[in-house]
Amino acid sequence: MKISNYICLFAVALLFASCEIDNYEEPESFFTGQIVYNGEPIEVGAREVRFQLFQPGFGNLGPLDMHLDLDGSFSGRFFDGDYKLKFINGQGPFKAYEVNEQQGDTIFISLRGNTEMDIEVLPYYMLSNESFSTGATAVDASANFEQIITDADARNIDFARLYLNDTEQVSNNGDYHMVWTDMTVGTGTLSGSTGIPDDYNKPYIFARIGVKIAGVEDMLFSPVQKLDL
Amino acid sequence: MIPFLLGSCSSDSEFLDREPSNILTQDQAFGSPDIVLSVLANLYNRYYDFGTVEDWSSLAQFNVAFWSEAGRYGYFQNGGYGYGDWGTWDYGYIREMNLFLERLELSEALDPADKARFAAEGRFLRASYYFTMVKRMGGVPLILESETYDFSGDATYLQHPRETESALYDFVISEADAILADLPSDVNTKSRASKGAVLAMKARAALYAGSIARYGASTPQVSLPGGEVGIPASRAEGYYTTALSAAQSIINGEVGNYSLYEKKPELSENFASIFYDKSNNPEAIFVEDYKLQSGKVHGFTIANQPRFGAEEEEGGRINPALSLVQSFETLDGEYAPLPIEDGSGNPIYYDTPEGVFANRDARLMGTVIVPGSSFKGREVDIFAGIQLADGTVISGDSRGQQKDVMGTDMKVVGFDGPIDGLEFTAQTGFYIRKYQDPKAGSGQRGTQSDVWFIRYRYAEVLLNAAEAAYELGQPAVAAGYLNQVRGRAGITTDLAAADITFDRIVHERFVELAFEGLHFFDLKRWRIAHEVLDGTPMDAATITDNIGDATKRLTQPFGLWPYKYYNPGGANDGTYIYKIVKPNRVTGADRFQFGNYYSEIGAGILNNNPLIVRNPNQ
Repeated sequence: MKISNYICLFAVALLFASCEIDNYEEPESFFTGQIVYNGEPIEVGAREVRFQLFQPGFGNLGPLDMHLDLDGSFSGRFFDGDYKLKFINGQGPFKAYEVNEQQGDTIFISLRGNTEMDIEVLPYYMLSNESFSTGATAVDASANFEQIITDADARNIDFARLYLNDTEQVSNNGDYHMVWTDMTVGTGTLSGSTGIPDDYNKPYIFARIGVKIAGVEDMLFSPVQKLDL
Repeated sequence: MIPFLLGSCSSDSEFLDREPSNILTQDQAFGSPDIVLSVLANLYNRYYDFGTVEDWSSLAQFNVAFWSEAGRYGYFQNGGYGYGDWGTWDYGYIREMNLFLERLELSEALDPADKARFAAEGRFLRASYYFTMVKRMGGVPLILESETYDFSGDATYLQHPRETESALYDFVISEADAILADLPSDVNTKSRASKGAVLAMKARAALYAGSIARYGASTPQVSLPGGEVGIPASRAEGYYTTALSAAQSIINGEVGNYSLYEKKPELSENFASIFYDKSNNPEAIFVEDYKLQSGKVHGFTIANQPRFGAEEEEGGRINPALSLVQSFETLDGEYAPLPIEDGSGNPIYYDTPEGVFANRDARLMGTVIVPGSSFKGREVDIFAGIQLADGTVISGDSRGQQKDVMGTDMKVVGFDGPIDGLEFTAQTGFYIRKYQDPKAGSGQRGTQSDVWFIRYRYAEVLLNAAEAAYELGQPAVAAGYLNQVRGRAGITTDLAAADITFDRIVHERFVELAFEGLHFFDLKRWRIAHEVLDGTPMDAATITDNIGDATKRLTQPFGLWPYKYYNPGGANDGTYIYKIVKPNRVTGADRFQFGNYYSEIGAGILNNNPLIVRNPNQ
């Protein structure tokens, strides 16, 4: 055999040799679900609200962040194992239920294969009966709200706004809205109207009502509504 | 060949056994004051500034200015800040300062007076860095001696929990008291620690702690149950008292003749000179100094010089925003929008481009280069276009462009812009003046600038004293200090005790200390950052409302563009009018979240030390 053949053989062997030892399996279990109150999803802003999963026992104490989608849903892929789920204090327009005194609001979950789980939380307010309509130059909207937390932790509504955007991502932060106006906050009702920008030329528009609760950073939203113009 | 290989190493092994010529032993390093000073210089050089002239953008954050550089527009197109922004966790620096102090202590060759001064300087730097950390991270582990790993496999004895936020402030204050006696009381010691610098640090730290104690109550979300973040409201009074007495020690001349800089008759030039006049400047207390042809120079003037006539093909980066410019009061001490329209909405015509800025607080022209003013003897050429009598606007998209206007060939936009999206032009209509070096060559890359960066100055001490006095219920004392600062700026109407409000204190710091890296910590310690930066876009119609309001929204930088009015043979020909504009690269509106008040502690740190608790809302 010529030397160059050995070199080729060695190179081929190298190609095969390097991949086996130091690679992990990829995570295999989906963890999906929604943040709900009595089964009703809680709608939040874009990339605003998150919770954290901690997996004890691996030396690393850092959390795995899970961001909520606009409709309060979440989805992530994890290794099978036992995790602790924790909402961050002050994040989201809701409070986590206390599981028991010792455990606080931490939820223990065990992932074995794909897991779907809705998480019940206690929102400050809930919106209902949202209705949207389009005029020639504006979108009108109204909704009802109900105060859920009425004890010592009750909070007022700072303001409510009607947001419009040209994509189905509608939120108060970043560039997730084109225009907004303040809505009138009555007793249990919200109403308002937001003008469509003059140069808007798509045949549809997306609207969403957001409610800012005093002292809570992340707003509560209605579901995104697509409207034909 | 093989015997040769084996044989060569044995006989002259001592050849390799040499004293290193580039490393000093501990005895050598701490054996002479000159070398100790070199070691100390290294520690001084690593001082952490939030804003510094070495990084122009660090001084102009939070929408007090637009950044006219193509690669930086993203800063104005996002919605806010990362939780990890502004974090600092340099325990390597702390370890070296601890080692310095320990080794200095062991040294026997030094004169005791020298040794005491060096030790005091080391402790000053260490306290300064802990102050920096507590401002950004909240309470952190307080490590005051060097620690060594014993390779036992168990590092838990090196893990320390976070101290409370107040414990860190208490440490800074008590260190200041402890080292004061060992430092010189010399006004001309500016780049090394002096009694003035220590007291200025103490006053600032105590004031910050006091305001966190008092105003932290308005944001209960921004606190931790263990006190790592947040200070009990009951301690506010004590901190404010400490701040006031430390500041008054400087004001009363107990540590040297510091005073306001008042050398030049022209008040705007006088204000600008504070930052570049390095000879017998009585205002600067502690500075980061630079020297031409020494290697320690900076390029602030290169980055920010007016683009027209610049010494390099760049400049003009910091464009102060209208919100800042209009905050400068009139000389009568009134808040007023810049008069660009009369009562019925018609434009006001000015003969000169700087006419609209007449009769303003002298600090305006000392801080900002406005249209019609000059730098290095050359007038800036800022106008956005030609406006015709019928309302048509003719403008260009390159600097100093010529176009045909009603049959006449003329320049339709200034050589300094403003042109939307064209970097280095004055995209808000303004350039910065503070820190710009008027020396020839300061704008050249081969020369650069040696203007110093002032970390503590006398006017800030006055403002700190005023704020502490106000919070302690002594508005007349506060008014006295504020009036000194305002009088220097040419404001003719003095404030009375009844005029002193929280908004007044906030405003005075905003305009006096603009671009000095202090605004950010003011927003944080008063817990108003989430209101000023609330993520809501601004508009031209309301930007002129509520000037001087502490929580006035500042989520986007706006501009004020001059236009030349062209009406040959008609009224007002050749005059200037002004329009409020939003630079079109500004698309985002900044939002400061509760989780931004204290920077996130990295996952690596949390993983290595389970005793560290996380900051709130992250």
